[in-house]
Formats: sequence, structure tokens, C-alpha cells
Amino acid sequence: MADQKKKQLPPEAQQYQALQAKRETKRPVIKNCIKAFLIGGFICLIGQLITTFYIYFFNFTEQTAGNPTVATLIIVTMFLTGFGIYDHLGQFAGAGTAVPVTGFANAVISSAIEHRTEGFILGVGTNMLKLAGPVIVYGVFASFIIALLKTLFTKLIGT
Amino acid sequence: MLIGHSTWIFENEPTILSTGVIGGPFEAQGKIANDFDILHEDLWMKQKSFEQAQQIMMEEAAQVAVKKANIQKEKVNFFISGDLINQITPTTFAAKTVDVPYFGIFSACATSVESLALSAMIIDAGGANYILSGTASHNATAERQFRYPTEYGGQKPPTAQWTVTGAGCALVAKSTKGSKGPVITSATIGKVVDMGLTDPFNMGGAMAPAAAETIIRHLQERNVEPTYYDLIITGDLGRIGREVSYDLLKKYGIDINAKQYVDCGITIYKEDQPVQAGGSGSACSAVVTYGHYVKRMIQGQLNRILFVATGSLHSPMSVQQKNSIPCIAHAVSIEMRSES
Repeated sequence: MADQKKKQLPPEAQQYQALQAKRETKRPVIKNCIKAFLIGGFICLIGQLITTFYIYFFNFTEQTAGNPTVATLIIVTMFLTGFGIYDHLGQFAGAGTAVPVTGFANAVISSAIEHRTEGFILGVGTNMLKLAGPVIVYGVFASFIIALLKTLFTKLIGT
Repeated sequence: MLIGHSTWIFENEPTILSTGVIGGPFEAQGKIANDFDILHEDLWMKQKSFEQAQQIMMEEAAQVAVKKANIQKEKVNFFISGDLINQITPTTFAAKTVDVPYFGIFSACATSVESLALSAMIIDAGGANYILSGTASHNATAERQFRYPTEYGGQKPPTAQWTVTGAGCALVAKSTKGSKGPVITSATIGKVVDMGLTDPFNMGGAMAPAAAETIIRHLQERNVEPTYYDLIITGDLGRIGREVSYDLLKKYGIDINAKQYVDCGITIYKEDQPVQAGGSGSACSAVVTYGHYVKRMIQGQLNRILFVATGSLHSPMSVQQKNSIPCIAHAVSIEMRSES
């Protein structure tokens, strides 16, 4: 698709893009992956510690400790975002801070802060899910499809 | 007077009488912090929104320029300005405060030179005695207009650029006997150049051909060698755009000494500031040129400069609709009056 589009460009533009590509600083993909792996893994480790903490000191089981763990991570992210630390972490860790639940929380919270100047209803209310919205839309849609498939298969094979 | 296809030569010597240059906290840590008239410690500048903060900077830049020139504000005929935000409202509100007849223009980051060229043209033609020409940008307003919320933890690629928080304003005046200051001698108006690049995180790469096109055309139409200028200053190409445009110029037979080819986006910040490829934003070229380079001219370190501001004219919507990035560059030559 991208190649097809490129072929439609005049030769002058194609030549320029080749020249430009040579000078363009490439994303350090491998370095980014390693950083993302380490930081992302570290966040998960913290999550695990929190879970263990809730199971040990409170009346939670492995099944029920998930919710308070996520809530704790979200609250921590809220402070890190509010104090302007999370975006610096994100620049360093990339996917490492974007993929875990903290990344989702940061997307919601940063949008909410950003649009505070337009008021609570049309600003915060409307724009809070600007970045996180697609995750919810396609998350719900994907789980619906999977549930449908599962029901079909169990009905067909199960009986 | 028109020479060539689209270059104006100004015979009546429109003069940059004074400049006002305002910066934010991040610029205060930069390489040219001493060249600002006012530096703000806080991004909010005691305002309720970043857009208002940007407006305040524009107002201050205009006020400083008028004050330094030691004239009454009522003498200023026009205010020509623009910015990057929706419907250029921060500039409009600033124009309300400045309270001078106003032209609102948009050329993204090339707004500084577009407004300077128009000011010089109007003054040269006798259409005004004093014109305030300038532009402002704010990192947080541009981030939210073009990219993500300020506190969003997305990773920016090494090609991305950092929008300058600041405002730069020049007071352009009709030349009178004994008037001092750098003279605007010519201007070349750029055309929209689009090489099909689509990455809004690589604006330097997208804008480089526009810069090269305008520089080549300016040199041809004015019939001067690149060495005529002490410096050729591009607006906000950043490290990548500067190199690519340098290569392009070489390819078309324009041989410029690398030291003579500088970029405001690289000049403004220190090497260790986390700005990826360099600074950008409409204020970038205005702040660095009016604050740093014009000052060097007045101090006698530079005699002739070619100021080429580059603008990437996309909108968030045009990018999402998978359009390429249209770019523009305008050039203005500024020269010190010869002693005779």
C-alpha cells in the first residue's frame, strides 16, 4: 500500500525522499526495545509486589487482588502525571510505560489535565478519553467477537 | 520593486528600528538566554491558560519593541502577526491589547518572515511609517494543537522538534536621515513545496526542500553569490532539515560554507537539552533572529544576513486524512547600512 502510494509520486519527490531517508536519524529500535522490556518489566514487578502485599496483609485472594492492584497503580500514575514526571519516563521507556495499565491511566489523566481550561463538561468530560477511547472501543469490540466465537465453538464441539 | 519572478527589492531602506524578544523557562536554559529582553520563569505566566500565556508574550514583545524605539505607540500604523493556534486567536487577542490596526496572517513557522516581508513592502511603498511585525508560539499550546497532551508519556522519535515558547517582534520603520539599524533590502516569497513526506514528527525533513527552493530562487533573482551574505539563517529546520537542505543546495550547485549556514532551531538550545532534532515553532525564527543575529549585526559582528523562515503548513486533520505535509519558506535579506 505504502509502496503503491510512493510510486504515484513524481520522480523528483521520490529522489528527495531517498536523499532525506539517508539523513534522517533512525529510531534506535533495539535500544528502545531493551529499555521498554526493562522498564515495562519493572512496572509489572511493582504490580506483583502490590498484589502480594494485598494478599498477605489484607483479605484478598489471587483472583480478587487484581482490582486493588490496578487501582493503586492508577493512583500512582495520576500523581506522576500530575507532577510532570510520567512524560519524561515515557520518553525514556517508550512502550515500557505505554503498554502496562499505567500507560492507559496516563493517557486518560493527561487528556483530562490538558482540557481543564475548557471546563469540566465540554473540556474534561469530552476529551478525557480522546487518547484512551480507541482502546475501549476496540477492546470491547474484540472481546465481543472472541466471546461470540467461544460460544459458537463450545456449542458446536461441546455437544 | 519587483525583480525576477517573485523577489522584491526595497529601495527606500525600511529599517528595523528595534526588536522585542520574550522567552519561556526552557529557553532561559538555552544557548542564547542573554539575548532575550524578558524571560519568564513559569510556562503559565500567571494566566489561566497556555493560550493566554502566549498572548501575553506577544503583547510584551510588541511593547518592548515600541519602548526601545522610544516612539509613541499611537505612531505605529499596523501590526502584522500570526501564530500556530486555531484561527490565530492568541495573536488576535494580543492585537486587541496592542490596539493598532492589524493584519492576521498564517504561514506556520514562516509567519515571522512573511510578516517582515509584508511590513517592509508596505513601508517601502509609503503605505506606513511604523509597522510592528512579529509572531509568538508556546510549547504547550502547540503540543496540544498538533500532538498530544503535554503530560502524555508518548515517546518522540529523534526527528521530532521542540516548539519554542516565546515571542519576537520587530518594529519596522521608514528610513529617515540619520536613522540607525539594520535595513531590510529584499524579500523572496516562497511557494508551497510538497515532496510527499507524511511524518509530522519529521518536519525538518519535510521543510528542507522548501528552504532550498527559496534560497536558490533568491540568489538567482537577486543575482548574488551565497558569499554575499555573512550568514544564511534558516528558521527551524533542526539538525536533520539543515543537513538535508545543505545537501540539496549542494546538489543544485549552491556551495555554501557550512559555518555560514545556520539554523535558529539549533542555535536556540544547548546540545544537552532534550529537544531531539532542535527547536521549532513560529517564535523560533523570530526570537533567534531578532534577539541573537540582529543584535550581532548592530554590534558590528555581522553585515548581511539572509533570513529564511520555514513553515510546515499541515494541520492535525490533514495529517490524519493521510495527506502529505505542504511546506513553505520565505526569505528576507537584512543588511547594515554602509558607512558612506
